[in-house]
Amino acid sequence: MVMVTVWGSLRAFTDDRAAVEVEASTFKEVLDALSRDYPGLQVQIKAGVSMAIDGVIYKDAWFTPIRPDSEVVLMPLMVGG
Amino acid sequence: MALDEYQKRDFKIIGTTPVRPDGVDKVTGRAQYGADFYLPGMLVGKMLRSPHAHARIKSIDVSAAKALPGVKAVVTGADFPATAKGDTLDVQEHCLANGVALYDGHAVAAVAAVDANVAKQALKLIKVDYEILPHVTNIEDAIKPDAPIVQAGRRGRHVPEGYSDNCTGWCEFGHGDLEAGFAKADKIITRTFKTSSTHQGYIEPNACLANMGADGRADMWCCTQGHFQVRNLCAQIMDMDQSALRVTASEIGGGFGGKTTVFIEPVALLLSQKAGLPVKLVMTRDEVFKASGPTVASMTDVRIGMTNDGKITAGDALIRYEGGAWPNSTIFPGAQSAFASYDLEAVRAQGLNTLTNRPLQAAYRAPGAPQSTYAVEAVVDELCEVLGLDPIDVRLKNAAQKGTKSSYGPTYDDIGLIQLLEAAKAHPHYSAPLGPNQGRGISNGFWFNFGGETSVSLALNFDGTITLVEGNPDIGGSRAAMSMMAAEELGIAYEKVRTIVADTASLGHNEVTHGSRVTFAVGLATIKAARAAKAEMCRRAAKIWGIDADAVVWEDGFAKPAGANAGEHDPMPIEKIAADSPRTGGPIVGHHEVTADGAGVSFGVHICDIEVDPETGFTKVLRYTVLQDAGKAIHPDYVEGQMQGGAVQGIGWALNEEYIYGEDGRLQNAGFLDYRIPVASDLPKIDTVILEIPNPGHPYGVRGVGETGIVPPLAAISNAMSRTIGVRMAELPMSPPRVLKAIKEKG
Repeated sequence: MVMVTVWGSLRAFTDDRAAVEVEASTFKEVLDALSRDYPGLQVQIKAGVSMAIDGVIYKDAWFTPIRPDSEVVLMPLMVGG
Repeated sequence: MALDEYQKRDFKIIGTTPVRPDGVDKVTGRAQYGADFYLPGMLVGKMLRSPHAHARIKSIDVSAAKALPGVKAVVTGADFPATAKGDTLDVQEHCLANGVALYDGHAVAAVAAVDANVAKQALKLIKVDYEILPHVTNIEDAIKPDAPIVQAGRRGRHVPEGYSDNCTGWCEFGHGDLEAGFAKADKIITRTFKTSSTHQGYIEPNACLANMGADGRADMWCCTQGHFQVRNLCAQIMDMDQSALRVTASEIGGGFGGKTTVFIEPVALLLSQKAGLPVKLVMTRDEVFKASGPTVASMTDVRIGMTNDGKITAGDALIRYEGGAWPNSTIFPGAQSAFASYDLEAVRAQGLNTLTNRPLQAAYRAPGAPQSTYAVEAVVDELCEVLGLDPIDVRLKNAAQKGTKSSYGPTYDDIGLIQLLEAAKAHPHYSAPLGPNQGRGISNGFWFNFGGETSVSLALNFDGTITLVEGNPDIGGSRAAMSMMAAEELGIAYEKVRTIVADTASLGHNEVTHGSRVTFAVGLATIKAARAAKAEMCRRAAKIWGIDADAVVWEDGFAKPAGANAGEHDPMPIEKIAADSPRTGGPIVGHHEVTADGAGVSFGVHICDIEVDPETGFTKVLRYTVLQDAGKAIHPDYVEGQMQGGAVQGIGWALNEEYIYGEDGRLQNAGFLDYRIPVASDLPKIDTVILEIPNPGHPYGVRGVGETGIVPPLAAISNAMSRTIGVRMAELPMSPPRVLKAIKEKG
């Protein structure tokens, strides 16, 4: 199990919780578990998200391993200029 | 992406400043920009644009235009295949309206003709019957519940009650107990700040040449920050296979985020398809201002509490952006960046995006960050003034560092903000005396940086030279930087490597040149491609020597035997391995493909001195110093140029640049005479201090440097203004009339 922090406006879909626990050991498993356990997040996940794992921001890195004690933060998809 | 990529080492080429490979072409006029491509039989494309801010297109009669001799094609939005969806459909409709004109300058039809005069005549013959609709062009009015609705059905699902249906996005970031934090404060300041929409101000207008064949296959040449993105967007809009469209990027006369999407390219393809001939489309300056993508305008409420000794106890912001007539996501990085420089126990940043009858915003260097950072840094500065505290000491007391839980969620790894602030405090600029009507401001700035999909190929030629093929347009010196990294890794001279930017048919997908990603991500791929080539060269030498490949090492451009059982062999130079390669197994090529992550965030600190003429309100920038963490500066001159360029654009944003819309919803200043960007004679030399705190996610420690430099200037100049005239101005630009008004109202 890993604890995943979501940004404030997504808490409407996580029972108003800032962080939720899901069964996952990779980037993709986190997204799959969030989509399954909190269906309201599916729209945002489909639109695109990044994920910070232990302070490093990843984009679409499906197979990046996540340890049970990793800090996992869901973030909007990163863009730049 | 492994986080142990970085390995400390001594460099021979990295950190030097060799001659840029594009320099001679650019100063002699040989370089080919977007408008410099010609094909036999080429037609000239022109676009008809709406004179209304918001109008239903009841009908378009193109019959007279089609009948004009010399006209080969006329198209409207209805001629696109009806296959694009979602964000791509928004891009398509921004290029060419379909049913409704959503802003002044929105294209409603296009023609292709044998020359520009005929094309212009044809535009005059197109009859458009408009039904004028109510419009809204500013944030305050657009978010009101009774505002004219720009596009129905676009309300964001998170948007709170009380806002109009123009509001497409709402977000919130932060942590901690805000009210408990504010209760600990000795002083709380709340203010509202506004910034205007500004343009990236690139000198080269958007331009493209499209050539669609009768078989449905097409080629395109255009100025862009990302030709793979151009290909993919155009292919979706035109319902083509991606392989059916090959896009070649020209040299680019500036982009700064503004050329990360398409504005005319699908229209040129559509015209070429209809005409059966090549079509060139080049925007005029008026069109660039009206119908490309400026940055968002903003209105931000900030509330910050501080103790008497300078500890920030809580920070709260409501950030509102408008980005034109379609949804966009710039509010996200805006809200995430606002407080990112600080280590706060209680922080919240809420973001709201609204539609307006303006062109769809595009990225502009660190999109969204300068506006929100300006508001936060101005209030921090005001608290310092009120409490009599040194602004750098306060920032040091509250600075984010390794282990800080950032305001947007993750915990920081190695970052350099403390070192930057200490360097700023020690810099002679910070303690230099000031004269009458002069003031000094400082500001922090933060940007994420980015990696993304990257594909690189490195070929060993038979004479031992290297052709490095990358897929990102060279905007800030990437060809030099890639050549340097390849040469460093191979142990050969910089001059032996030529880096070219390949077309979309020659490499795997490359993400747009944005997010300060190229030196990081393409550099990483270049190093790994070079390492792959080195490994193959060692294998070839081992075959020649008849020893195991793992008994060969690569040093300074030579394969050398290593280890007890390797035997005695003279080192084999790269030139010999290359010359023998047809007989030892064939051409030698290293390549690497990756979605790069671990870009490493970046911080900057700016110090600015200004002088204000109390009679006219004119502001002169006297001295300006940029301090920034580059991770590792590959080519320090280019890094310095990025830092200076960001500062200059920020200075223009702070002092003069703004989109001005009239009551009729039309843009009043679509040209460089009325939209005032700073030129060299307006500015002092921008001093730079490059700090190098290695990024653990890159073999050489590189962080992106292209965007952070534009984040601090808005606040740095605003803070200097406050300390000069004694008034906290809260709206940008601080143009002479506004400054004079503030001085007079102060009395």
